[in-house]
Amino acid sequence: MNSPLLIKAVRLYGEGDPVDVLVRDGVIVEIGQWLDAASTQDLDGVRVLDADGLVALPGFVDLHTHLREPGREDTETIATGSAAAALGGYTAVFAMANTDPVADNAVVVEHVWRRGREVGLVDVHPVGAVTVGLKGEKLAELGTMAASKAGVRVFSDDGLCVADPLIMRRALEYTRSLDAVIAQHAEEPRLTVGAQAHEGERAARLGLAGWPAAAEESIVARDCLLAKQVDARLHVCHVSTSGTVDVLRWAKARGTKVSAEVTPHHLLLTDERLEGYDPVNKVNPPLRTESDVQVLREALAEGVLDCVATDHAPHAVQDKDCEWSAARPGMLGLQTALSIVVKTLVRPGLLDWRGVARVMSERPAEIAGLPDQGRPLAVGEPATLVLVDPRAHWVVRGAELASISGNTPFEGMELPAVVHTTMLRGRVTVTEGKVQS
Amino acid sequence: MKHLLSTDGLDPATATAVLDTADTLKRTLLGREVRKLPTLRGRTVVTLFYENSTRTRVSFEVAGKWMSADVINVSAGGSSVNKGESLRDTALTLSAAGADLVIVRHPASGAAHRLASWLEGTGTAVVNAGDGTHEHPTQALLDAATLRERLGEISGRRIAIVGDVLHSRVARSNVHLLAALGAEVVLVAPPTLLPTGVHSWPVTVSHDLDSELPALDAVMLLRVQAERMHGGFFPSAREYSIAYGLNERRLALLPEHAVVLHPGPMLRGMEIASAVADSPRAAITDQVRNGVHVRMAVLYHLLAGEEEAA
Repeated sequence: MNSPLLIKAVRLYGEGDPVDVLVRDGVIVEIGQWLDAASTQDLDGVRVLDADGLVALPGFVDLHTHLREPGREDTETIATGSAAAALGGYTAVFAMANTDPVADNAVVVEHVWRRGREVGLVDVHPVGAVTVGLKGEKLAELGTMAASKAGVRVFSDDGLCVADPLIMRRALEYTRSLDAVIAQHAEEPRLTVGAQAHEGERAARLGLAGWPAAAEESIVARDCLLAKQVDARLHVCHVSTSGTVDVLRWAKARGTKVSAEVTPHHLLLTDERLEGYDPVNKVNPPLRTESDVQVLREALAEGVLDCVATDHAPHAVQDKDCEWSAARPGMLGLQTALSIVVKTLVRPGLLDWRGVARVMSERPAEIAGLPDQGRPLAVGEPATLVLVDPRAHWVVRGAELASISGNTPFEGMELPAVVHTTMLRGRVTVTEGKVQS
Repeated sequence: MKHLLSTDGLDPATATAVLDTADTLKRTLLGREVRKLPTLRGRTVVTLFYENSTRTRVSFEVAGKWMSADVINVSAGGSSVNKGESLRDTALTLSAAGADLVIVRHPASGAAHRLASWLEGTGTAVVNAGDGTHEHPTQALLDAATLRERLGEISGRRIAIVGDVLHSRVARSNVHLLAALGAEVVLVAPPTLLPTGVHSWPVTVSHDLDSELPALDAVMLLRVQAERMHGGFFPSAREYSIAYGLNERRLALLPEHAVVLHPGPMLRGMEIASAVADSPRAAITDQVRNGVHVRMAVLYHLLAGEEEAA
């Protein structure tokens, strides 16, 4: 395999004194402060990576990514999405099933899985659809997808809600035998007919049909009750309201096996972005209010929300540079996620680096059942990690991101923290902001 | 004024200037055999309508023609727009083809704002002739002109807007403009047809039309669209009409001087009884007449320049 790599003077989880980390054959083989200039010469063919001032964290895991392949390769491919992920510090991503054709069968999920392996920058895990064609009517062949080479363990109709309570109950019940989890896009469709924006004062004034918080909260409450009823695992996608946090807190307290994610954009942006009607700010669920943002940040720090997931959603220019109601919902997220988490949680003191590792790596890996991701930075563990420069800043430019699409709502913003190096089982996939292919 | 996209944020001085210009134009044209002013000769005005409309389009077209502008009508049914061309491309095409001003009506809220942002730097002005459920600023201006004409002034007057406020661009534009001009605005509607957060608007809210009528100087009825009647916003057309329709009994509850307005098209027998619509208290045809002068004034302020207008 690769020659040994010595990461010099890195702070693990941003804690304690800098240490040197020796990686060989994809595994962390030694950690210590012994490796000065003299002793490194003893290591045959060793490459040295100067990590002075950097923070090491386990590689990030994104439970919620849209890679658009197959079907919309004009907006993103597994190759470009993998590059964006690696640049964002990710070592594993879950590719949502709402492709064309839909990933509701073993053929499509194996294709996605295989393309991910060929690209090799991150572990690409396909998410399987819960229902055939995402239609919400009939369960897809979940067992076959689970047994395929892709080994699907996360199922979701994301983009659409599994709205029928009986179908949802059956899906939850059935996946118990697969050691899998249903990830629900919580949106009661009858309450969001024609919805364009968070139902509130701003949308009302702008004449944009409202997407009420209750449309999310009622489905989350229902699904928590169902998951408890059938003793199954539920994962809630992109939590956007403070009411959902209340429901989750209650459900967790009574022992429901529920986990939940929050997106970086819901941690930072509000419906103030509706002014001017620029659809780069259109997303589903919609941007909410300042008080929702505050509650989401605190809930993530506290653990009521388990993890950060990007809902990275590339879109073509013509699908965004149009009138609001005609625009597709969604925004890029893979390359900006860490910086937004640092800006919204680390800098204000809500989360330390250990906490960042928890919400961006360890918990998502646990939720998805990945045995070799989100592991501790310790001897004998896989060298699947990210080195972050916590002092650096960068300015977001959509055109410079690795995605084919450029629909970032953070355009022109100066953000803290830069991903310096990403490493997948000892292989450097990104260093100094460049993909190593 | 660079564009006219909304009355939200339109300052009272500018609004009053437009209304004064409309008055002047009306007086100038009164009794003239040839109703044609040379003011906008050589200027090109395009109406770009993505929704059916008779009164608004005709009103703008007449306004442009009376000012001697070249008026070109583009409709969603009769050009490349129904071949799937984007709004952006259509806007840039019209601008490049020489449009000095584009009047746009579109079913998407914010469409006029988007158009204005795409045309930034081209010098083409945009007038919003109705965008989704957002605003219809020239309707509010012509309503204000009619109220001024009938009531003398707007400041201090109490005006009710009755009906489907939730989906009404006319209501939004009127709330902002009337409040800016110093009127007290009352919204009268069932709770299902009021927008979220209406308490933050510069209005009071009522569900009881009868109790509001005696104190009003004007009542403005909104059109109830057919799709709302079947959307479960209220139980039936009959129940709506009983609670919120302006019939002869209710007309008698209004003070003598009070005016009845309706932006049209009217649903006679539902929102408004025929006898009310045709009574001298109703200013509905005045609204249409004033619409032309107000739109002439808007074109004048946008195309003939601020300094001349001031």
